[in-house]
Formats: sequence, structure tokens, C-alpha cells
Amino acid sequence: MIAVLKQKKIAALAILFALAFPLLIPNNYYLHMMTLSFIWMIAVYGLNLLAGYTGYLSLAHAGFFAIGAYTLAILTVKAGLNFWLAFFLSCVISSFIGFLVGLVALRTKEHFFAIYTLCVGYIIYLVIDKWDNLTGGVRGFIGIPSPANIGPISFQTPVSQYYLVLFFLLLVVFVMYRIVYSLTGRTYIAIRNSEELALTIGISTMKDKLVSFVLSIFFTSLAGALYASFIRFLGPDIGYISVMFDLLIFLLVGGIGTMSGPVVGTLLMTSISQQLQFLQDYRMLIFGPILTLLVIFYPRGVVGGVIHWKTKRTENNRDSRVGKISSHSSNEKQVKEG
Amino acid sequence: MLLETKNLTKRFGGLIAVNNVNFSIERGKINAIIGPNGAGKSTFFNLISGFHKPTAGQIIFKGEDITHLPANKRAKLGIARTFQTTHLFEQSTVLDNVIIGHRLRTSSTLFDAIFRTKRLKREEAQCKEKAMEVLEFVGLTDAAHKIVANISQEEKKRAAFALALATDPEVILLDEPAAGVNPDETEGLEELIVKMAEYGITVCLIEHKMQMIMKIAHKIMVLNYGEKIAEGTPEEIKNNEIVIQAYLGGSAIA
Ligand SMILES: Nc1ncnc2c1ncn2[C@@H]1O[C@H](COP(=O)(O)OP(=O)(O)OP(=O)(O)O)[C@@H](O)[C@H]1O
Ligand SMILES: [Mg+2]
Repeated sequence: MIAVLKQKKIAALAILFALAFPLLIPNNYYLHMMTLSFIWMIAVYGLNLLAGYTGYLSLAHAGFFAIGAYTLAILTVKAGLNFWLAFFLSCVISSFIGFLVGLVALRTKEHFFAIYTLCVGYIIYLVIDKWDNLTGGVRGFIGIPSPANIGPISFQTPVSQYYLVLFFLLLVVFVMYRIVYSLTGRTYIAIRNSEELALTIGISTMKDKLVSFVLSIFFTSLAGALYASFIRFLGPDIGYISVMFDLLIFLLVGGIGTMSGPVVGTLLMTSISQQLQFLQDYRMLIFGPILTLLVIFYPRGVVGGVIHWKTKRTENNRDSRVGKISSHSSNEKQVKEG
Repeated sequence: MLLETKNLTKRFGGLIAVNNVNFSIERGKINAIIGPNGAGKSTFFNLISGFHKPTAGQIIFKGEDITHLPANKRAKLGIARTFQTTHLFEQSTVLDNVIIGHRLRTSSTLFDAIFRTKRLKREEAQCKEKAMEVLEFVGLTDAAHKIVANISQEEKKRAAFALALATDPEVILLDEPAAGVNPDETEGLEELIVKMAEYGITVCLIEHKMQMIMKIAHKIMVLNYGEKIAEGTPEEIKNNEIVIQAYLGGSAIA
């Protein structure tokens, strides 16, 4: 109980900090970086719902991120749709494609699922890359509008865009929180734990997996649509495997299957990346070993490590307190049996 | 009679794991299945609970043909099971493991979760209450908040029972519930199984521990190489020539 209160306090502090950030650090470069990492966080939350809580490691999510982004671009620029309608539709269309993919993909498990979705992701990348007329191919897609005004609020300035993205991030975190701590979340976790066991206790695993898959893609394509309207330029690279691995690294470092992992991992990795930018692609020489060590010693990332350490401490405390009581009750049992 | 198999057969490639088995699980009784290693006992359970599709034959539950029903629907009808090795989630508490067992009796959806509706709150309370009730039934109330990784093998078995009981079953299939626990603890589990039957839940169990079976079973079926070689009361089975031969000829029993 105390742990939960503490968690809420930390979350509240983090939100306060995020709200005050543009005032504390009135620097457009940092604001831009922060907004961008919020967008990644949303995508990582999507991945986390499926990979972290339902136990299906999808490698197609960068592809769906790209579908969300490109659909927004196409619907606004080519079809001339109202921005927010296009925004909503790009999430829905991407989720619908996800639904179709899920129908097949979710019949496979573990590494087969990973490989299958890896292929799906790559096909999505290829389609974007080759379908010149629609996507602009390698030349990219330019002239995507920034978010349209909502009533009197306009999103032309970096600060207002920051708050818009923050709003979506908080919304996604809130929805994730509600799901994870509900019977639905427990159902997903049961599937992750053992699909066989989940079936024997009457869970219709296919249905639940599909819902989780589609919702996870909805979040990730939401991030994609935000990305398109924020950067306003798209290249096929945003659907490439390397983006997928970025998402995965953010999730693994922060803590797969934890509530705050996506935030911690994304912040940590994007800032470290910034620091090591002079190394260019050689950064991977440093990331690789660190990541390997992390996965071996902290399979649930930084956040998982902290949680583990804390539960151990409280367990020890409880054991020393309960020790007396339980020895008492076992005495009682002996008396009865004797 | 609660559940009946008719000419139930399961083939894995060239191997016939279950061969033409006719068996009935009697309502409210403790029904036992014994047989040497590899006799097809677990496979028989997998057929009844819906994990394997039978090659031939039928499964009738309360007069209804459930041969082609998926596993989760059978659970809803009231068929629960435990596995030979417990599948509990080790990093979580006993209570958290058991709560989900009642999920199949609830109907809240993703929508309820996101909007935290009244239905969700009610059903969450209902699942928790059920979990505490079955934990008390199996004698794990004190361990409810312990992490599964830190409890004993015997407690894990009890937790697995509790999870199965949380589904409100009519029949519970127990696959070697006393494997890997010491003799004292075996007695405890034995009492618990008897208590389940007295409570009105039909039990069907696979076990290698003969003493236990002979003491608590009302009815025993013996499988050997997938075939039913005998069926009867413990008394009858003890004195059955074929059974004695199968056991002495085959692998010894623990
Ligand atoms: N999924 C499967 N695929 C192929 N063969 C299988 C499968 N499951 C079981 N078998 C085979 O079927 C036979 C019966 O196995 P089963 O597990 O039912 O035996 P059992 O009576 O439960 O044995 P034990 O007492 O060791 O648990 C064995 O020869 C086993 O190798
Ligand atoms: Mg077996």
C-alpha cells in the first residue's frame, strides 16, 4: 500500500516536471528533443502492452509506426482531409491492418511470432520504399501540416506542440495504467505467463491476444501520426528495422512489462545517444555490450531492477515480523494433530 | 456419471498414446488413473481438458458431446485441471496468481477497464473474494501475499489447486498432485483431495503414489501402453493379475 502511494507520488512529480519543463528550460533544442522522446515513449508503450504484458514480442511495430505516419501524411496532403479526422483515421486504418496481420501472426508463438512479425515489418518498409506514387519513395514525403487548431488553441509553436504531445503521452499512460491494473490486464499477464494455463482457466486466449495486439498497434501508430505532424517530413527509414531495434532497446533498458519502463528507457537512451553522437554508428559498440549485460542481469530493465530490490527489502522486513506469528500458528497445528 | 469417454483414441504419428479407452468419471467420487510411465495418463487428461484433439472416440460431459469443444470452453462448463508441473507465475504473489482463476465467470471488457466501470469494480472484488475463499479452502491464507518463488513445493501444489478451484469447477483433474513432495506433505494433500470430494467436487487424479491412491480412491483405472487393462475398486485392482504383471514387467512404481 505504501509502495503504491510512493509510486503515485513519483508519478505526480514526474508529471509536474514535464509540465514545467518548457518554463524551466526555455531552450528550443531541448524542447524539440523532449517532444520527440515523448513520441517515442508512446510507441514504446504500445510495444510494451503486447511484448511486456501479453508476452508476444512483435518486431513489426516500427512498420505500424510508419503506417500511422504515412497515412496521416497521405490523408492530409493528398486527400486534403481535415487534420484531426485524418489523425484519427490513420490510427484506425493502421489498427485495422494490424488486426488482419494479428489474425495470422497470433497463431504462432515466441520466436516464430518474432520472425513472422519481423517479416511483416520489413514488407511494410518495402512497400513504403517502393510505392513511389503514394509515399514519395526514397525521396520522402514533404509538406505535412502541423496539427490543426482546436478552437482557439493553435499548435504552431514548439511549446504548444510539446504540450500537445505530452497530453497524448499522459493519455496513453493513463489508459495503460487502467488496463494493466484491471481484470483485462491480469488476463494479458496470465497469457504471458502460460498460455496453456490461461486456456485451462477458461480464458479465450486468441480473442484477448488479438485485442491486445490491435490496441498496441493503435498506440504505436498514434505515435507515428504525431511524429509525422511534428517533424513534417517522412522517409521510408522510419519503418526500417533500425527504428524497431531502437524501440526495443528503449523498452528493454527501461524495463519490459513495467509501467514506467518506457519513460525511463527512452529518456535514458535518447540522452546517452545524444552524448555519444560524435561516435556516430560506432555507438553500437558501446550499446551492444551494455545491453547484453543488462538483459542478463536485469531482464526487466532499470525499473525491473529497482522493483526487485524493493520487494526483496519489504519481504525481508515482513518475514522478520511475520516469523513470530507463523511459528505460533504451526505450534497450534501440532497441538491439534497431537 | 459426470463425464464419459467412448473409444477414446489418440495417436502421435506411429505411437498410440491412448487406445480405445472407455472410462467414466463418477460424480462426487475420487476417480484415479494409474499406470507405468508413458502409459498415456497425461495424454488422457489432455484429451478430456481439450488440449489434444482425439484421433477417434467421444467425450461426453453431463450428456453433452464436448469432443470438439476448445479447452477454454470446457473450463467454462466446469472442467478444471492442474498440470504435472505447476505453471504458476513465480514472480507474482500467490493471491495474484489465483485471482485470475475466476476471470472466466466475469464479463468485464477492455472498455470496463479503461473507464473503470461499476461492473469492473464489482467483478474485481468478486474475483478477489473467490481467491481468498479458495486459498482458505486449500490452507494458504497465510501465504496469500508471498511471492510464489519463495514458497515450498507443497504450497505451490496447493496454490495450483486453488487456481483450479477458483474456476468453480464441477470436476477437477489432478495430474500427479503429490509428485515431488515428502510423505508428510503427501498426507496433507491427500486430506485436501478428500475434502474437495466431500465438498461436492468430482475428482479425477493421476498418481504414482500407490498408498495414497489405495487409501482415497473410490475407483481406479489402470492404463498400460495406452490401453485400459483394468478398472475397479482399490481392492479389486490390488489383486488383479494383469495389473500386477504390468507393473512388475514394466517400470517399477514409486
Ligand atoms: N505431444 C506429444 N507428441 C508426441 N508424443 C507424445 C506427446 N505427448 C505424449 N506423447 C507420448 O505419448 C506417450 C504417453 O505419454 P503421457 O505423457 O500421456 O504418459 P504418462 O502416463 O502421463 O506418463 P508419466 O507417468 O511419465 O507422466 C509417451 O510415449 C509420450 O512420449
Ligand atoms: Mg504424465
